[in-house]
Amino acid sequence: MKPFDYLAPADAAEAVRSVAANPDAVFLGGGTNLVDHLKLGVAEPGLVVGLAGLLPSGIEELDDGALRIGAGVSNSDLAADPRVRERFPVLSQALLSGASGQLRNMATVGGNPLQRTRCVYFQDVTTPCNKREPGSGCSAIGGWTRHHAVLGASEHCIAVHPSDMAVAMAALDARVRTLGPAGERAIPFVELHRLPGDAPERDTALEHGELITAIDLPAQPIARRSAYHKVRDRASYAFALVSVAAAIEVEGGVIRDARIAFGGVAHAPWRARRAEEALRGAPASDGSYRAAADAELTDARPAEGLDGGNAFKIPLLRRTLTATLRDLAGEDPR
Amino acid sequence: MQREITVRVDGTARPLTVDTRTTLLDALRERLGITSPKKGCDHGQCGACTVLSGGRRVLSCLTLAVTQDGAEVVTAEGLAPGAAGAGQQLEGGLHPVQRAFVDCDALQCGYCTPGQVVSAVGALDEFAAGWPSAVTEGPGAPGLDRAEVAERMSGNLCRCAAYVNIVTAVLRAATSLPAGPTAGKEVDG
Ligand SMILES: Cc1cc2nc3c(=O)[nH]c(=O)nc-3n(C[C@H](O)[C@H](O)[C@H](O)COP(=O)(O)OP(=O)(O)OC[C@H]3O[C@@H](n4cnc5c(N)ncnc54)[C@H](O)[C@@H]3O)c2cc1C
Ligand code: SF4
Ligand code: FES
Ligand code: FES
Repeated sequence: MKPFDYLAPADAAEAVRSVAANPDAVFLGGGTNLVDHLKLGVAEPGLVVGLAGLLPSGIEELDDGALRIGAGVSNSDLAADPRVRERFPVLSQALLSGASGQLRNMATVGGNPLQRTRCVYFQDVTTPCNKREPGSGCSAIGGWTRHHAVLGASEHCIAVHPSDMAVAMAALDARVRTLGPAGERAIPFVELHRLPGDAPERDTALEHGELITAIDLPAQPIARRSAYHKVRDRASYAFALVSVAAAIEVEGGVIRDARIAFGGVAHAPWRARRAEEALRGAPASDGSYRAAADAELTDARPAEGLDGGNAFKIPLLRRTLTATLRDLAGEDPR
Repeated sequence: MQREITVRVDGTARPLTVDTRTTLLDALRERLGITSPKKGCDHGQCGACTVLSGGRRVLSCLTLAVTQDGAEVVTAEGLAPGAAGAGQQLEGGLHPVQRAFVDCDALQCGYCTPGQVVSAVGALDEFAAGWPSAVTEGPGAPGLDRAEVAERMSGNLCRCAAYVNIVTAVLRAATSLPAGPTAGKEVDG
């Protein structure tokens, strides 16, 4: 591991100044992704700036009923919060479906959406990877693609974003609050992550030295009837092959409204607006759910690969969406 | 680059100078001679290095030692009441979770066991606090059954696959813990 200096700043403003002033500096949240990358040589910072104790670590209720989740809140505290479990079950379920008890105790709300892809080539510094080393090529294309993207990929990178929490946040119209060298701003969660395009080295819209301080969840009654469904290679402690975050409102057998996002299929959590549009006003039936999946998946492109490729993700996602919506609609038959 | 830190480990303040790159796991094992936390994978994938920090179960292989200045760390050696750290745990008796692992034959080679035991202690505290897991149905307080234990312990791998008896031991420990909120919950041992 390359030597680095460690700084424990007095407050968030000092943390931002320290990282912004040094292109070689990084923030350290719970460390569950960054420390692994230090060991693998994927990250080689000269300065590590610890965030422990600097970020809000509570969940606050705002006047308009929104929940403001401090970036220092652990993944496990967020999942166990009674307000989150009752009002946003999809978020609690997404968090609990990720990683392990130990990792969720360490992982922070600020660090989780900024965890980097689990693409095996990205994590192996002996192989070419445009995300790790721009211009070196993409080893995944024509390689092992079981865990790679079917939506929004580019000829430069076909990696997927690994976070479960981020999929729920994308469906729930969350907003990310940041403190950067230029001051504070709020970004819609769905605009936080980028598609790879010709710059896969950039995962997000954040500037260097921009710190996530909180995530706001607007009040929305529809989210009370919501769920997260994750499909993976083992029953627990594994990343998603595909996942679905969904919330629906059904009245008299008709779908009034829906919020849907997919995980495991793109470089960003994938907000499925075409599927939502197809569902509004449709009867609450399997036919509608399948049609909604098809509307979203018309542009899906599987990646061929040494392991047989990932075309299986398209029917798997269609079935996972259908099952999730059927369960949700069936919860309160009217 | 070196830093001076003091970590309380199993009840004793341990001042030490560490390279900023040192993990808590390496500090415990290589610098302090506390070898119950094991290095299985060194990448957060197996749970063998589990310790409690600030009362919560964490992975010492993904924790930088510099971030633990002033922290209260408990390893499998310090779980039992009266345990004085390395090598002393048997004199102080066993923690109910340790007792249950012995009684239920919840190990074969034993390599994963210190991590399993610490993780189980943390998991039972989380359960007692009403935390849900991925298999908990609905919004209320969870009950404890084999599926709940297996899910909550899924971050601890066992290459000998002693899982069946590990789950039994954790359920046994849940009922034998004194006067905790876990007592009286449904147990399907
Ligand atoms: C074995 C294993 C299995 C896992 N399984 C899953 C899974 O199934 N699902 C899942 O979703 N995740 C999974 N994870 C990943 C885990 O959820 C993430 O590593 C974790 O959420 C990252 O949060 P952290 O606070 O530890 O981030 P860190 O590792 O500290 O940081 C991650 C990145 O974010 C930056 N950063 C941290 N905090 C901030 C901030 N406040 N503002 C700006 N930048 C910041 C850091 O500089 C770094 O680049 C798994 C991890 C492991 C090791
Ligand atoms: S898919 Fe992206 S992250 Fe993976 S090797 Fe290709 S460029 Fe790198
Ligand atoms: S050694 Fe820490 S999780 Fe495997
Ligand atoms: S008892 Fe051998 S690894 Fe678990």
